[in-house]
Amino acid sequence: MIRFEPRPPASVSRMLGVSLAAALAALVLAAIPMLFAGLSVFEAYGLMVKGAFGSLFAFTEMLTRATPLILTGLAAAVAFRAKLWNIGAEGQLYVGALAAVAVGTGAIAAPAFVLIPLVVIAGALAGGLLMLGPTLLKTRLGVDEVVTTLLLNFIVLLFVQMMLEGPMQDPMGMGWPQSEPIVDEAALPKLLDRMRIHWGLVLALAASLGVYFLLKRTVWGFEIRAVGENAAAARHAGIPVTATFMRVGLLSGALAGIAGVGEVAGLKGYLTADLSPGFGYSGIVVAMLAGLSPIGVVFAALFIASIFVGADSMSRATGVSNYLADLIVAMALLCVLVSGLFLRFKVKFITAPSAREAGQ
Amino acid sequence: MIEIIEILLSANFWAAALRIATPLIFGVIGALICERAGVLNLGIEGIFTAGAMAGWMAVWLGAGLWGGVLVAAGAGALFGLIHAILTVPLGLSQHVSGIGVTLFATSLSYFIYRTALPDVSSPPRIDAFQPLDIPVLSELPFIGPALFQQTPLTFLALFLVLATAYVLYRTPLGLAIQAVGDNPAAVESQGLSVYAIRMGTVVAGSAIMALGGAFLTMSAFDAFFFGMVNGRGWICIALTVFASWRPGKALVGALLFGAFDAFQVRLQTEVGSFIPGQVFLMMPYILSIAALIVVARRADYPRALLVPYFRGQR
Repeated sequence: MIRFEPRPPASVSRMLGVSLAAALAALVLAAIPMLFAGLSVFEAYGLMVKGAFGSLFAFTEMLTRATPLILTGLAAAVAFRAKLWNIGAEGQLYVGALAAVAVGTGAIAAPAFVLIPLVVIAGALAGGLLMLGPTLLKTRLGVDEVVTTLLLNFIVLLFVQMMLEGPMQDPMGMGWPQSEPIVDEAALPKLLDRMRIHWGLVLALAASLGVYFLLKRTVWGFEIRAVGENAAAARHAGIPVTATFMRVGLLSGALAGIAGVGEVAGLKGYLTADLSPGFGYSGIVVAMLAGLSPIGVVFAALFIASIFVGADSMSRATGVSNYLADLIVAMALLCVLVSGLFLRFKVKFITAPSAREAGQ
Repeated sequence: MIEIIEILLSANFWAAALRIATPLIFGVIGALICERAGVLNLGIEGIFTAGAMAGWMAVWLGAGLWGGVLVAAGAGALFGLIHAILTVPLGLSQHVSGIGVTLFATSLSYFIYRTALPDVSSPPRIDAFQPLDIPVLSELPFIGPALFQQTPLTFLALFLVLATAYVLYRTPLGLAIQAVGDNPAAVESQGLSVYAIRMGTVVAGSAIMALGGAFLTMSAFDAFFFGMVNGRGWICIALTVFASWRPGKALVGALLFGAFDAFQVRLQTEVGSFIPGQVFLMMPYILSIAALIVVARRADYPRALLVPYFRGQR
């Protein structure tokens, strides 16, 4: 039979090994749906690699796709560290984008060095405040935040649609449900000419370093980790648990909000209701693949982004549905969950004592 | 005011309420028995999708309607088994595993649908369940049209409420299920296997959830659409708390919810020109959050919910 024995806290190298093993396992498992769809597996993987890394354009597209994933991944990672189950990054991303549009489409006339920070702050604030609601309900009334954040995703998306068909609709948009364009002074500049990659990536990388520093080197970060380990013990030790949940909720929502700002002010230039193909949900996978490490989130986001971009390109070449990408990402989450066992436990295969031994 | 009373007194309205409530009844009953055994099943949203897709596709490929229902339940059981293995013997996070199962079941259903039907502009239709016209009963005034002109799946849902209540409160199995959700160590000391009971319950609960999805494609509509589940699973998780994990209250909760939804659709035709349609579409989600807030203070969660049990460990 199999027995699990607890291990001491894992080393960085073992955590890395577990994440890599899970990513690899998901890619290997992806061969099954590929075969089912009648693809030649190696050719399909080749097309995916080419689609994500094959040219400078492909590579920058992958980085562009990774940008919101880093931020939603951080949002999930920091919340999950405190065992605050924020599954609402999708909704927080959309309110962030909505706030960016409210501030950045000409309502305020200011030079870029004022307007860009303003747009980012507005998005962060909107996302943070949206997450504050479920956090308050959790700490004050004991309402499960998983369900409230999930339900808020639907409410927010409908709210965005309402705004885009109503007060925030572009009067020059020929009746399409889209916002007015972001003005030039509010747009995040491009990083490279003729590519879509933008300063949102720098923002995301800075956020990852910031969260790393916060968790590792500050009192608040220590409190977050302590609450996540054992909230009752943390409270007993005099850590302000409720305040910590609030801070984590605000920060987590703000990070997801900034992801929305980047998509609208850095990439698309205006808001539509299909801004995010599920970045909020993929962020959970990113965070789990990263073992909730803020630096790891960057690499996990790059991996997930290359799956999405690679599968998109492979799908265009072969005509196979690009839901394959979502499938691989979902399998990656289940794989990392299982492989996490090897961090916490030694797995021992125990053979039953033989009859002779038992007789002695 | 008169109009509102007229709506509430019409049999059509209550027929619609019951129709809207049916998938929720399946979902809440499924979620409820999983949670009674101590396992939160956030795979529900994906299991709904899988049930909707698998049931529809089986019928489309030539299985009978009841064959489709079985296939849907089987698909639900399969995803339930994944969740059960991850959360019960392996003791992994029920939150993350549930989200993982939802992402997996949803994307797999979409992928299979798209692979089987690569380029269809309008989704193919099946001959869905038709309302039963029970000879005498359906001619009763008011109750006839409201209750007895539903499709067979609605009756299955109502039957499952009774069956669940019976099993849960009147059989040794039900007591064991409740006990593993409250005090698993005590169950183990009785010589019963906590793992077996928890896993069996999660698999059975997931199969029931999938029937809610099957109702969508085989009774409410006659085709499969992307995004058709649209948060119904999450609403069921909220309703489970609202129902205090009791089958009878679950039925009442789902019916209230269905009634409210049917009511707002009718209200929409009255005042739809003043208020954007999205406000009405938001109502189910807002109502679910409100329901959670109302019961939050006195919610009596199964004591071992979310707590993994490891054999030989206290």
